[in-house]
Amino acid sequence: MPLSNEDFAAIALTLKLASLSTLLLLIICTPIAWWLTHTRSRMKGVVGAVVALPLVLPPTVIGFYLLVAMGPNGFVGQFTTAMGWGTLPFTFTGLVVGSIVYSLPFVVQPLQNAFEAIGRRPLEAAACLRAGPWDTFRTVVLPLARPGFVTAAILGFAHTVGEFGVVLMIGGNIPDRTRVVSVQIFDHVEAMEYAQAHWLSGGMVVFSFLILLALYSTRRTYARVF
Amino acid sequence: MSRTSNLSEAAPIQIQFEVNHPGFSLDVDLTLPGRGVTGLFGPSGSGKTTCLRCMAGLIRPDRGRMRIQNETWLDTARGIALPTHRRALGYVFQEPSLFPHLTVLRNLRFGMQRVAPDMRHVDLDHATHLLGIDHLLGRMPHDLSGGERQRVGIARALLTSPRLLLMDEPLAALDQQRKNEILPYLQRLHAELAIPVIYVSHSTEEMARLVDHLVVLDHGREAASGPIGEMLGRLDLPGLHAIQATSVLTGEVLSHDAAFGLLTVRLHRDRTIGQTIRLVHPVRPAGTSMRMVVQARDVSLSLQAQADDSILNRLPAIVTSLSNADDPNHVMVHLDVEGSVLLARITRYSSERLRVMPGQRLYAQIKGISLLR
Repeated sequence: MPLSNEDFAAIALTLKLASLSTLLLLIICTPIAWWLTHTRSRMKGVVGAVVALPLVLPPTVIGFYLLVAMGPNGFVGQFTTAMGWGTLPFTFTGLVVGSIVYSLPFVVQPLQNAFEAIGRRPLEAAACLRAGPWDTFRTVVLPLARPGFVTAAILGFAHTVGEFGVVLMIGGNIPDRTRVVSVQIFDHVEAMEYAQAHWLSGGMVVFSFLILLALYSTRRTYARVF
Repeated sequence: MSRTSNLSEAAPIQIQFEVNHPGFSLDVDLTLPGRGVTGLFGPSGSGKTTCLRCMAGLIRPDRGRMRIQNETWLDTARGIALPTHRRALGYVFQEPSLFPHLTVLRNLRFGMQRVAPDMRHVDLDHATHLLGIDHLLGRMPHDLSGGERQRVGIARALLTSPRLLLMDEPLAALDQQRKNEILPYLQRLHAELAIPVIYVSHSTEEMARLVDHLVVLDHGREAASGPIGEMLGRLDLPGLHAIQATSVLTGEVLSHDAAFGLLTVRLHRDRTIGQTIRLVHPVRPAGTSMRMVVQARDVSLSLQAQADDSILNRLPAIVTSLSNADDPNHVMVHLDVEGSVLLARITRYSSERLRVMPGQRLYAQIKGISLLR
């Protein structure tokens, strides 16, 4: 196989980035999706639109603002500097933050669909059977929304793996730290190393196909984003 | 568990709710009996379900109070509003609302497990037996018929040993056959458990068969309330006027004549000795309390006590009032029989020929009676 150690490092970094981002996305997006499902607030439309923004914005725009915000003069950068963490651009942590913003709608929307499909009735039934809100969430909502969580995790993971523009804007191209597969492919093509580009690109096609196959064959109600 | 135990001590349930929504408002202040079945009746949009949901805490009224057995569940003036899961209530929804990911048994245990063991008064075997669902415990909800699901839903609510059972049109989503399948279970529930029930429905049949006390709501206000026997006799109430007029008589079994298969039931009100009614019915133990329904059109009037005909039941009655029946050629005569209200639907011709007027003493002949329990 013509893949170099650098290629394997890029694959490992991509999987690590996608796994960590997916985990954090599920934790962050569950309350957002829950709020969007059940709120009667007028802010619902605004929040829903903000969450969906990454769907339509060019990754370079998201990357640009993230770079500005996380830079030494941005509000995130000032906060992280004050906390003694330094600035986030060109670090793995910065990539995780970028991935979370970039993949947010892909996780929020399947969860929101799942919560909406459950409706209020099972929650009311659980409350009338003495289950408090946390109890209900754990014993009724989580099991009933499991397909939604699976869809959300798969989409979040796959979308993070496929990320390129945001990574390039805020992460650059540092081996073992920010050089993910999509960037590695770009480098190979720039260097006219088409054989390695083929291997990595082909791998991405097969990987993405398998993920979507799993998604489409288990669930008909995948994300509303398509 | 006996229905007759502690009845005199059952404190009334006091509710006062004020809900203001655009286009709908509820403003009720009711004292409901702390035992037996109370029916909330009224046309759709009258606020029955809203009222029930306020009791459950599923809707927070703008202003209100609710007290049950010396426990305050709601008092907006004092900032008290117990969340639903802290209220010892059972709720049966119109659609059974079983948890689809749990077996019947785990559905039944869901609420039971969340009640402290020393607060559990209804055991699993009793509830499953009472509702005839012993054989379904291992099944998933989607494998059950609509009627079976609703029975599981009722048992699940009972197993939390509620102080109050709220039922929101539990039979409305079922066809007549399924209704007939469940009604006997509800009647057994009524007979065997001492849990007060608030029963929302717009079916007079269900009301006549199950309910002891009736509250009629109209446009979010209380239109009338009282014992079922008196209420079904009133034709001026919203939602009730359109139905076939029926009277409800209560009594207890006196004896059974095996040779003719005749059951003798003594009508009573406040347990005074009263008239008897005879009807063909399988034997029931003496003293069993019975509820009988008489259609107004099965009652005819006679000025004489004696007549040589096939009518079994001929009761002395006093005319209290006359009102319009469903068509102009008939008259609805309201009678007082031993303190119970009895309706007779007779032709206007007969009414004028007998010169029926309020205060008149005559005899009500009852052609058909159905025993409810």
